[in-house]
Amino acid sequence: MSRSPGRKQENHKISRELFVLTYGALVAQLCKEYEKDEDVNACLDRMGYSIGIRLIDDFLARSAVKKCRSYSETVDMIAQVAFKMYLGVTPSVSCNSVTGNEFSLILDKNPLVDFVEELPAERASLCYCNLLCGVIRGALEMVHLAAEVSFLQDRLKGDAVTEIGITFLRKPEDRRHRR
Amino acid sequence: MDARFTRGKSPVLERALGRPRSELSLAAFALLFSELVQYCQRRVASVAELQARLAQLGHHVGLRALDALVARERPGRRETKVLGVLLFVKGPLWRALFGREADKLEQANDDERTFYVIEREPVVNTFVSVPRENSSLNCAAFAAGLLEAVLGAAGFPARVSAHWHKGTTLMIKFDEAVIARDKSLEGR
Repeated sequence: MSRSPGRKQENHKISRELFVLTYGALVAQLCKEYEKDEDVNACLDRMGYSIGIRLIDDFLARSAVKKCRSYSETVDMIAQVAFKMYLGVTPSVSCNSVTGNEFSLILDKNPLVDFVEELPAERASLCYCNLLCGVIRGALEMVHLAAEVSFLQDRLKGDAVTEIGITFLRKPEDRRHRR
Repeated sequence: MDARFTRGKSPVLERALGRPRSELSLAAFALLFSELVQYCQRRVASVAELQARLAQLGHHVGLRALDALVARERPGRRETKVLGVLLFVKGPLWRALFGREADKLEQANDDERTFYVIEREPVVNTFVSVPRENSSLNCAAFAAGLLEAVLGAAGFPARVSAHWHKGTTLMIKFDEAVIARDKSLEGR
């Protein structure tokens, strides 16, 4: 693949509409092929996971962030740097538990649902953006942070905001011993 | 009554269309596209079927991209001539979707129904490397399906296919009726 050095800079952006519509086409295709919402959600999560395990490389290469020292720093990094870099939005972060390993990302604007009016009645429990959960889970796993990621609230289902819950599976104290 | 009409209006419908276009990282799209291709590949048995599936997904995208784009770029005017719609595709449509215009637009020497949109390196193929045993696969079949949907929805039904030629060539073959209509419009 020989390419002149200048080309990389001019090509590293893509139209948001193309991305959003392609995602919609993917979800529509999955809905056609799977009858149950759970199957579609699981498939989206799996695809998101395999995207996440590769996205983390791109993220680390392009953002040159320092090592995070705590779970809350990690989640801040996801919200303020990663989401900004890949989706152009910055969700707000809130910590849900005293133990410090449950967090929420609250998405005010979600570009993936730019053209989605609402979910059809027969697909009421579809998590349209479930790919995002898989991406976050995959990316975190590649930096040795096991986590469970899921949607706690979804605007498409009638909730007020879209909220993604991240639960780290190991106790925060374990990380300090790693050094 | 359809449940849809009894729920409140979605805020999406209230938003103005003419907002400035924003851009996202190519890496995100490339990874999504790769998952798409892998998903299709698991369900097909031949390269032709895979290209057909990609074209179908591109079709889905094209239908929806056209309306918003026309409303923004050409408000109040509709392309009625073949050349007009082809120039629209090569310029504004390609720029809006892929960030740059298509490289060339050509007409076939021997057939007035056939046109070619040529790109040296299509954006969807940026990170795609095709193994030798499937060397006829061109993932720009996605772009071909997209283009077919756009032309069909604009009133110029055609068949579009992707080929490896001077980079990637999308071959557009319009229906007879379209060319006949174009000729009669010129006659006026």
